Amino acid sequence: MIKLWKFKGGIKLAGFKSLSNNSEIKKIPSPERIILPLRQHIGEISEATVNLGDRVYKGQLIAESNSFISAPIHASSSGTVIDIDKYPIPHQSGILEMCIVIKPDGLDEWDPTIKPNTNPELLTADEMRHSIRQAGIVGLGGAVFPSAAKLKPTRTIDTLVINGVECEPYITCDDALMRSRAEDIISGLLLLRKLLQPVECIIAVEDNKPEAIQTLENAIEKLKSEGIGSANTIRIVAIPTVFPTGGEKQLIKVLTGKEVPQNGLPYEVGVVCLNVGTTAAVYDALYLGKPLLSRIMTVTGPQIKKPANFEVLIGTPIENVLAAAGGASSKDNMLIMGGPMMGMPLPHSNIPVVKATNCILVESVEKQSKPSAMPCIRCGTCATVCPMNLLPQQLYWHSRGKEFEKLTHYNLADCIECGCCSVVCPSKIPLVHYFRFAKTEKMEHESKTKFADQSRIRTQKREERLERIKQEKELIKAKRKLERQKRKSASVKKEVTDNVKVG
Amino acid sequence: MNNSNSTPAISSPFVAESLTVAQVMRTVIYALIPGILIYISLFGWGVLINIFIASVSAVIFEWLMLLLRDKNVKTFLFDGSAVLTAILLALAIPPSVPWWIPVIGSFFAIVVAKHLYGGIGYNTFNPAMAAYAILLISFPRELSLWNAPLDQVNQSLSFIESVKYSFLQVLPTTLSFDSMTSATLLDYVRTEVGLGRNIEEISQSTIFGYMSGAGYEWVNAGFLLGGLWLIYRKIISWHIPVSMLLAITCISAICYLIDDKSFTSPLVHLFGGAAILGAFFIATDPITASTTPVGRIIYGLGIGFLTFSIRVWGGYPDGVAFAVLLMGLTVPLLDYYTAPKVYGARSSYDKT
Repeated sequence: MIKLWKFKGGIKLAGFKSLSNNSEIKKIPSPERIILPLRQHIGEISEATVNLGDRVYKGQLIAESNSFISAPIHASSSGTVIDIDKYPIPHQSGILEMCIVIKPDGLDEWDPTIKPNTNPELLTADEMRHSIRQAGIVGLGGAVFPSAAKLKPTRTIDTLVINGVECEPYITCDDALMRSRAEDIISGLLLLRKLLQPVECIIAVEDNKPEAIQTLENAIEKLKSEGIGSANTIRIVAIPTVFPTGGEKQLIKVLTGKEVPQNGLPYEVGVVCLNVGTTAAVYDALYLGKPLLSRIMTVTGPQIKKPANFEVLIGTPIENVLAAAGGASSKDNMLIMGGPMMGMPLPHSNIPVVKATNCILVESVEKQSKPSAMPCIRCGTCATVCPMNLLPQQLYWHSRGKEFEKLTHYNLADCIECGCCSVVCPSKIPLVHYFRFAKTEKMEHESKTKFADQSRIRTQKREERLERIKQEKELIKAKRKLERQKRKSASVKKEVTDNVKVG
Repeated sequence: MNNSNSTPAISSPFVAESLTVAQVMRTVIYALIPGILIYISLFGWGVLINIFIASVSAVIFEWLMLLLRDKNVKTFLFDGSAVLTAILLALAIPPSVPWWIPVIGSFFAIVVAKHLYGGIGYNTFNPAMAAYAILLISFPRELSLWNAPLDQVNQSLSFIESVKYSFLQVLPTTLSFDSMTSATLLDYVRTEVGLGRNIEEISQSTIFGYMSGAGYEWVNAGFLLGGLWLIYRKIISWHIPVSMLLAITCISAICYLIDDKSFTSPLVHLFGGAAILGAFFIATDPITASTTPVGRIIYGLGIGFLTFSIRVWGGYPDGVAFAVLLMGLTVPLLDYYTAPKVYGARSSYDKT
């Protein structure tokens, strides 16, 4: 039994998990159009490597970038590139960004260069990282940080954590994945273990998913009986169901008692943390040679007819996914990508599923209208539930006043936007909304300040330069004057001496 | 101010599970009920009449101020805060006072201490205690005549007679005001110790009950029950009540151990006066209290220490109100210097 720690704060939430986790993972028919945004990850946007009208294979690389923090994009089905232009991407404001649109030919013809690797254990660490990078794998828990970049720590790793916590209410895609692909997850983990050489490997699952825990344990037993002794080194750890235990920083605290340093990364305390979905994608990439083309996602909520988990090709329009789930029950719906705590409302359903889309939650608009906010009564409940131990109430005051220095003092940047403070606030103040807004305001303010500073320095330098030139000019003038005078006096002297001579 | 009663959700979270301000206030009022019932049963209808007059006038003042300040009456009038303030004020004043005492008290609490400072959430001082302090200074005579427990007087007032007394100051011919009232325990001890008598002699008085003031000790036990329920319900945190009562217990125990002739036992201090009511219901008023765990402990300790000091060495028999008001001044500093260490931070906040 592993010793578990506690992080400060967090809240217990109703799960609503049984809505979607009672059926098999369903497939969705190939859509008429596949829309692939060129930025589906944190970091540099990829650039298209195909042209309009090109025929592409399933799994063919169609966009990439040279930047270290980036991930390539692949065609999720075979077909023709019919457009490369700006389309709505998953964003609250319905913002447009560059996408490659493919019209599938229905053949689902795989790229012939994609071949399974029977012995990925023989790959070197660099080869593995390269394959993971080339497969376009990003953190599938929702953060979409390029995984290859995470797998290159600059110090030794003590603990490799596979995150199967899934603490958001409603979402069950990781649960479904663990129950259906436990062996693949373990095999993927064993490769990552070889890559990182950690002292221990942990798969963390919230204790509200006993079936997933059992399936993972069975898979380990099976691998052991097949003679894969290294499966012995993996521990499945059931952790208490508290939101947001699935947050990387919170999970690391719960499992190791260590805190990721402020402005730092987990590897600095010897931990690398990857989502179970990401681990399965690593298996696909290294064993089967397949890039990340599809993901498991939950379609759920009180307003959808048949909530379930689906395996969906990246780029499938969300309206197709909703249709596959029986359609929404009424018109006054609200679409949320992600969970109810941290998800993002979508303006409409004509938006593609991306690598980050773990869930579409269909809520009723009516139920979601909130009572108008009262003034803060300073009860401090927000601070007791903050998993980062911040003081949301102080942050709120200074967010309202746009006092950026105070916001830095109260560590606004450490807010993980988990939403706990907003949920418990008796005055119903949308605290996290204020913090998101303040973060962008602060960023803008800082870039403006930086710009102003640079301008000021530039002007100062220019004035100095002009002054210097002026001084130099005057110096030259003075010199010339002096020389002129010298010459004059010299000529006068000469005249005098000449005169004397004459005289 | 937003005048609609609800707004569409703009960003996550999309989960609504928590209590509202009105529910919090109401829960605190419910927690006062056991103490109030005991109070009425032991000291008569005057308690209830005061609560009623204070509450009605407080709600009227609240409504007028909301109109004057152009605030959303629907949102704010029923948040329960005015009634809670009124009840706490009514419990702080003696049960048999003329009607205008709670009315003037409510005026100071709601109009001056609350709305002139910006209304709920913005008031610097605890409204009930600020109003009580004003009343105590302005009407010392009315505020110092406390009722004796009903079982110690020959004749008690009926409900109608109590109402009559409150509004017309008319008593039944068979009853004099003096026969209804007696000194409170803390007042009595102060005066007698001041006269040079020792505690052993003093405690023979009927003013002493089992642990503390006769009758009042049970009222306070009722408040203790309600207060513990509030902690259990997580409406208040344990920090302030525990630290405040701990401070009173420790300092009174030290004094008692050094000199038990002129200092009473800690039980007298805990169950006499407003210590329990203050610890669970007044010092915990979120708006005027410290918000960080360490800050709350210091705040509670400060109130406890000041309360005892005022009781024993100050000019008033009880000191909870002044202690709460004084410690309220330290809150901004306490909050600033006791901010907890953020996850992953090397040290606490830079104190720049």
